[in-house]
Amino acid sequence: MTANQIIFYLISALVLGSGVLAVTTQKIFRSAIWLLFSLIGIAGMFFWMDMNFIAAVQIIVYVGGIVVLIIFSIFLTQQSGNQMAKPVRNRVLFSTLAVLFGFAFTFMLINQHRFSASSDKLVEPSISNIGMRMLGSGEQGYVLPFEVVSILLLAAMIGCIVIAIKSRPEEK
Amino acid sequence: MNEIPLLHILFVSTALFFIGMYGFFTRRNIITMLMSIELILNSVNINFVAFNKYLYPDKLDGLFFAIFIIAIAAAEAAVAIAIIINLYRSHSSIDVEDADELKF
Repeated sequence: MTANQIIFYLISALVLGSGVLAVTTQKIFRSAIWLLFSLIGIAGMFFWMDMNFIAAVQIIVYVGGIVVLIIFSIFLTQQSGNQMAKPVRNRVLFSTLAVLFGFAFTFMLINQHRFSASSDKLVEPSISNIGMRMLGSGEQGYVLPFEVVSILLLAAMIGCIVIAIKSRPEEK
Repeated sequence: MNEIPLLHILFVSTALFFIGMYGFFTRRNIITMLMSIELILNSVNINFVAFNKYLYPDKLDGLFFAIFIIAIAAAEAAVAIAIIINLYRSHSSIDVEDADELKF
């Protein structure tokens, strides 16, 4: 077993272990912190696969953005030290069964499938390659989805302001 | 890199997907349900990047899909949190069982 394999299994254990704790712990703030560790583990897995750009995006957007947003909304809406109510036992039982059967079925299907790798010359996932493809309009160019996503982000930003704005009672 | 078969990475991402499903089924607090959705989206991202790395190293399509998923997940989380804060103002609770005006 080489160091590379050991690193992969350690990262997998971090991702799965903190993922399980994030969905089972009874304190909501701890749940957010376990989610943070799980997302950092996923970024580590991208680093392990030599995809440096997407690992950096993962850390910036998820760890620096979404988890901080979730923690702020926890502070705005909950007493973060309180225990959440335990889920009903029947619900836990049947969700566990559904999840286990779903996992077994899906993994069985994946296990039977034979993946065939393409053997063309590889493209280095460097930042200059990603930038040329991202804003290119020719073969394998992604400029149209890029613009669509930018419109979507603008719409989401305006939507957030409209939804969360506090309407003053005196102005009718 | 190639000492780990693709199947092991797919095992991790499948397990993470179903962990997120478990949280989505059992939790009744909207913020924790949102966290489960983030776990599910991240497991899909692992799949896209791993397929790109192992099966199609001549393309960058999986990487772009993962980037667009991250962007859309960020927009979705921001809108969801605006809705949660608005719901908390009108109901003083973010439990899904308490928001039942549209149920009947």
